[in-house]
Amino acid sequence: MKILVPVKQVGIIDEDYEIRDDGKNVDVDFLDYEINEWDNYSWELALNLQETYGEAVEIVPLTVGPDEAEDVLLNCLAKGGERGIRVWDDALVDSDSMAIAQVIAKVAEHENADYVLTGTLSSDHSFAATGMCVAGLLNWAHAAVVSKVDITPDAQQITVNRELEAGIEEEITVESPAVLSIQLGINEPRYASLRGIKQAKAKPVEVMSHKDFGLTDAEVGEMGSLSKVRKMYAPEHSQAELIEGTVAEQAKRIAEIVKELKGDT
Amino acid sequence: MNKIMVIAEHRLGELTAATFEVIAAAVELKQTKGFSVNVAVLASNPAEFSAKLNIAGVDEIIEVLIQENQFQTDTYEAVINSLLDEYAPSVVLTSNSIDAWSCMPIIAAKRQCGFATDVFALNYDGDDLIATRAAYGEKMHVDLEFPDKETVLITLRGNTYKPIEQEASVPVSSFSAPSVNARTTHKRFIEPETTSDVDIAQAELLLSIGRGIENEDNIEQFEELADTMGFTLGCSRPIADNGWLPKSRQVGQSGKIVVACNTYLAFGISGSVQHMAGMKHVPNIIAVNTDAEASIFIIAKYGVVADMFEIADELINHFE
Repeated sequence: MKILVPVKQVGIIDEDYEIRDDGKNVDVDFLDYEINEWDNYSWELALNLQETYGEAVEIVPLTVGPDEAEDVLLNCLAKGGERGIRVWDDALVDSDSMAIAQVIAKVAEHENADYVLTGTLSSDHSFAATGMCVAGLLNWAHAAVVSKVDITPDAQQITVNRELEAGIEEEITVESPAVLSIQLGINEPRYASLRGIKQAKAKPVEVMSHKDFGLTDAEVGEMGSLSKVRKMYAPEHSQAELIEGTVAEQAKRIAEIVKELKGDT
Repeated sequence: MNKIMVIAEHRLGELTAATFEVIAAAVELKQTKGFSVNVAVLASNPAEFSAKLNIAGVDEIIEVLIQENQFQTDTYEAVINSLLDEYAPSVVLTSNSIDAWSCMPIIAAKRQCGFATDVFALNYDGDDLIATRAAYGEKMHVDLEFPDKETVLITLRGNTYKPIEQEASVPVSSFSAPSVNARTTHKRFIEPETTSDVDIAQAELLLSIGRGIENEDNIEQFEELADTMGFTLGCSRPIADNGWLPKSRQVGQSGKIVVACNTYLAFGISGSVQHMAGMKHVPNIIAVNTDAEASIFIIAKYGVVADMFEIADELINHFE
């Protein structure tokens, strides 16, 4: 059983930022980067399966991103797994969920994966669509927002819980192969050990381009996307009224506001 | 005539509240462009739901008979795909629900439709549909366009459009579902455990704690604070996931929907996308966080950049 786990390096806006000259995104110089929170859970799930079933399970982290994004693969490999895959080409800039999914689907085919485990969503653009777009392209069974998984190697079907709204869950069976998008809280992601971090540097990361899988430039990037950014801008929020002063003054003001709202001033 | 198609959603025998908001959005869009609004409902007894979809502005209710009443993703994908073939709508709207997250990307990927999720504003610039959504934890807004796409699939954020109260008599038609190879099978719904001591959905005054609490031992201080202030204690997802408070205390989109909440005190909650989506309807949010850049301040009415423990130590004195 082979499990492919696409992980993403997400950008976080720093206090000061500038919009790119074309107005379509934040200038990359003003972004901090980290692994997408959801992807820690999908990788942990893969690690758990690998530890439970040993050699019957191979787990491979994949990221679609530039050189710097290799950090997220090293972060995964520091916890386990033997090799990683990174796909990048300048033509992939400005890809949406669909364009990234094109690449992930090709890698899944190339690797003969049985399962693709993605995060439910990413904290930067939060489309919550990449995993299911992969399922659509592969025409595999799928479940989104999965909060519990029971997979055994070579099983024809697996049992998962879908986390629905308002705390309701649905237990379903899903035929294999399948794409699952994994929700926070499904497990407790471990931290990488120092020894693991050292070892990860020696693990191979295969670097490829979308063209290696027969994808054309028109199928990725903005051209391969299902939406196009016209512009990005800071919203005109009704900014929160800041309560300033010493802690005692701040607390006093909160108490006043609360008492007024409760109507017992 | 161009069409706007709405996919009505239901669970456990009830149309979702969000479905009525999506219909309101479709009717608003119709008024700007003169499109028709066609609402499709997929169910084992669709008439049961279509009776409740007689809403002013809707031009047609399309009943689609399917075998199992609850959502099954392959079934929804196949039916919506057939509806797109038959009706060729310009826009398809659903709520930004978990079910929509499962089926809509599949249809978009297979048909190469225009596609955007969690949209909170729809406008036309000439003939170009513009969908507005957020990015980077609500800190930015993005206007998306869909050049050369004949059909655009949109999932709409909740609490954005106000349901239409006015009723009308809407013509009903039926549409045959195609045959489907269902690759997932429903086993059961698992309802959240209900604890007798608290129903946060009905609480008007909520005090919630988030990751800033750092340690399970620190929770007691905020239980005491909430009690003293007459607030109900809630928490954000990480606290429930850690098992520090029961799941029934979790607020936000994936927790309880706090319909009755009027005043919300958020301690050490940075404001995840789903937390904000579930709380932004609350009129009075007071957020306490050490990070001045925390997203929660975007939806808060009052912001306090401070240590939550120091504030709690002081605040309790005003209520004893």
